[in-house]
Amino acid sequence: MVLVLALGDLHIPHRAPDLPTKFKSMLVPGKIQHIICTGNLCIKEVHDYLKTICPDLHITRGEYDEETRYPETKTLTIGQFKLGICHGHQVIPWGDLDSLAMLQRQLDVDILVTGHTHQFTAYKHEAGVVINPGSATGAYSSITYDVNPSFVLMDIDGLRVVVYVYELIDGEVKVDKIDFKKTTASANSAH
Amino acid sequence: MMIADGIEDEEKWLAEGIAGIQHNAFYLHRAVDSNNLREALKYSAQLLSELRTSRLSPHKYYELYMRAFDELRRLEMFFKDEERHGCSVLDLYELVQHAGNVLPRLYLLCTVGSVYIKSKEAPAKDVLKDLVEMCRSVQHPIRGLFLRSYLAQISRDKLPDIGSEYEGDGDTVMDAVDFVLQNFTEMNKLWVRMQHQGPIRVKEKLDKERSELRDLVGKNLHVLSQIEGVDLEIYKDTVLPRVLEQVVNCKDELAQHYLMDCIIQVFPDEYHLQTLETLLGAFPQLQPAVDIKTVLSQLMDRLSNYAASSAEVLPEFLQVEAFAKLSNAIGKVIEAQVEMPVVGAISLYVSLLTFALRVHSDRLDYVDQVLGACVKKLSGSPKLEDNKATKQVVALLTAPLEKYNDIDTALTLSNYPHVMDHLDAGTNKIMAMVLIQSIMKYNTCVSTAEKVDVLFELIKGLIKDIDGTLADELDEEDFKEEQNSVARLVHMLYNDDPEEMLQIICTVRKHIMAGGPKRLPFTVPPLVFSALKLVRRLQGLDGEVAGEEVPATPRKIFQLLNQIIEALSNVPSPELALRLYLQCAEAANDCDLEPVAYEFFTQAFVLYEEEVADSKAQVTSIHLIIGTLQRMNAFGVENRDTLTHKATGYSAKLLKKPDQCRAVYACSHLFWVDDQDGIKDGERVLLCLKRSLRIANAAQQMANVTRGTGGPVTLFVEILNKYLYFFEKGNPQVTSAAIQDLIELIKTEMQSDTATPDPASDAFFACTLRYIEFQKQKGGAMGEKYDSVRI
Repeated sequence: MVLVLALGDLHIPHRAPDLPTKFKSMLVPGKIQHIICTGNLCIKEVHDYLKTICPDLHITRGEYDEETRYPETKTLTIGQFKLGICHGHQVIPWGDLDSLAMLQRQLDVDILVTGHTHQFTAYKHEAGVVINPGSATGAYSSITYDVNPSFVLMDIDGLRVVVYVYELIDGEVKVDKIDFKKTTASANSAH
Repeated sequence: MMIADGIEDEEKWLAEGIAGIQHNAFYLHRAVDSNNLREALKYSAQLLSELRTSRLSPHKYYELYMRAFDELRRLEMFFKDEERHGCSVLDLYELVQHAGNVLPRLYLLCTVGSVYIKSKEAPAKDVLKDLVEMCRSVQHPIRGLFLRSYLAQISRDKLPDIGSEYEGDGDTVMDAVDFVLQNFTEMNKLWVRMQHQGPIRVKEKLDKERSELRDLVGKNLHVLSQIEGVDLEIYKDTVLPRVLEQVVNCKDELAQHYLMDCIIQVFPDEYHLQTLETLLGAFPQLQPAVDIKTVLSQLMDRLSNYAASSAEVLPEFLQVEAFAKLSNAIGKVIEAQVEMPVVGAISLYVSLLTFALRVHSDRLDYVDQVLGACVKKLSGSPKLEDNKATKQVVALLTAPLEKYNDIDTALTLSNYPHVMDHLDAGTNKIMAMVLIQSIMKYNTCVSTAEKVDVLFELIKGLIKDIDGTLADELDEEDFKEEQNSVARLVHMLYNDDPEEMLQIICTVRKHIMAGGPKRLPFTVPPLVFSALKLVRRLQGLDGEVAGEEVPATPRKIFQLLNQIIEALSNVPSPELALRLYLQCAEAANDCDLEPVAYEFFTQAFVLYEEEVADSKAQVTSIHLIIGTLQRMNAFGVENRDTLTHKATGYSAKLLKKPDQCRAVYACSHLFWVDDQDGIKDGERVLLCLKRSLRIANAAQQMANVTRGTGGPVTLFVEILNKYLYFFEKGNPQVTSAAIQDLIELIKTEMQSDTATPDPASDAFFACTLRYIEFQKQKGGAMGEKYDSVRI
């Protein structure tokens, strides 16, 4: 059982002052094995904070990030799964699932984690799963109205990944979960 | 007589003294055992003579004294038993006065006196009075102190207190009080005199020796507090005035400090409350070197605790006007002690403020008053340079923040900003950070433009350069931290009412515009997004009230936004400004304000053309422009055409061919929007795709020429995927034949001699083919579409 935290679009301090208190108290150091961050932190303070939760931090560049040297895309393998990360402002039209599917094929990954729209989605298609953890601070978005703060925790166990989405709605943290199974068929693995 | 130096000598003398006592004690015991009064008196006098020494320090003398004390206890028991020695107590009292030397005589007299009082043959007060006056004969400080201490000890349980067996017609509590007060007064005089005896020695040593003896003096006050009959009246009318008289008149700083402290510790808090004026009246009369602030702080601490102990006590505080008295007293002390350093005065105010916050937390006027007094003091002094004083001022300013978790309260204290003005620039900023952190910590919201104005005045050290201090001098990390704090703060300024919110935004803008180019990149974005949030709120509302001019409209806010973002041109910060303009364009689009949205796009393009020179930045910027433009639905045909033309033009002009290719095929989406009303111009889509294909070809050829091998086929695969996208959306211009051609092209490129093997593009192509197969297998309409595509 490997726990992977996926979050992004915090936009601190441009659009939000801080993570919600209830989220901060949940994100305890030592419990999570990897962090995947879609970008738009935006400042080094946030980067340092995430590192205290888990030193294995994978992050891609958002268009407002202070650090310009984060990569545009990143891929990594966790257990049986290949994951890809991309902030998403590079994929036009923004939030378009078919275009994101193209990126997923290009990176050849089972799970694509992407952001930019501040809207949580978990979508299964031919090439795999696209997960958008939303905005961890509920930051303003020109694309999505009424953004609730959200983040995703993935529990990767063998060929199965359980995606837990945590959303802060009216001051309460609500959890939902979605199961994805990877088939061992070669359709999902690289040549 | 000199008390000699040399510890080894002292040890020797002490040993000699103890030996002397033991020697005489032996004979004393023998005498007592054989009921021989004469002998007993003789040997006890000799024994007590050891206490006549001048050679011991207080510490050592005490050891000697204790030995003698033990012997005197036994002797007292012998004296008490008249049957054994056959002498009446009255005669005994007479007899002991024949002892040769004064000191032994008096010890014996006190011992007999104890028996005398117990016998009740004479009123306690008479005996006590006699003894306390006789002790005057010993004026040597150490010897006198111990003698009187002995007197205090043996008289302790024989005072004519209320309810005691020694209370009688003539004997009252007042007699007990008088006795103790007199003993106290004499002991204090002796104690003070230690300063001046003998040649000048090292002050520290002297102070240490004196400190060792202080409890002997203080004990008297303790005794006074324990006398049952000493009620508030007697305390107020007799005890306190006389004690204070002695304290003030002795003019000795060690004694004054210790005794004031003692008084405060030993007597009950309600007495202090009721005698506050008298007690406080003593302070200005004390020696300048006395550390008054510690004593006063102690007093205020005790009173604070007292107030906290029960709610019923509070009215008393108000009734005696405790705060006013303390405030006045502190003022007088500061006035009287001209030499007092600023840090001393400020510490006093800190204690007073703490008192006010604890006891009268609802009285903000008290809090403000203390701050005001502090300002007055600071105004009269040169600029604060003393670190300790600065720390105290910061403590003064932090206390109300911590007490009232709500910043609003601090903002109402009119003297608060004046105190801050007296801090040096560095500390001012630290304090400003403390203010911000307090707001963040307690998640408080500042909700009116007026309060925001006051707040930004308070933190002006962070907002702009003041008094010639340059932002350059500051460490970069620290500067960033400061500015990021201010940025975060902007999100805590909020009001539900749009008009007020707009006022808040205008107020913040006014302040941050003075920040200069270094600060604007930090402070402008949060303000912009704050304004955009307001726009969104107004979108939902029906702002048009017939005939009325509503100040807060999206249009007005966009005008404001334009000005705010324009300020970034002074930095200059073109990439940030470009992004912000695009955000505004989208927001204007959502409000259906076509000209406003167009204007914002114009601004973005101008920046792109003139300021964004870095090629990597250009790629990102053009994608942001394309992405935003793709979402616009408010534009009429003309405007849309102009902007898309520009976007495609710039896409094709990016430096690197692959970037050109990608940007151009991204532009294809400008001509196809999946909405029901969206544009669906199949031809122009295809034009983009074909153009992008040409660029990809050119890139391949260039690679062949420059490197001798073909470039990766990734671009072709990407374009293929785009073809598939529009094919599936039903663009009639994108045919299965075109797709087939592309697939063949890719295969050819991959298999060509000059091909560079690239696992990533191979995988990408394989995934794409797999996808096509998947779609074919779907059957139905989709399967039909793909039927003619062979892979």
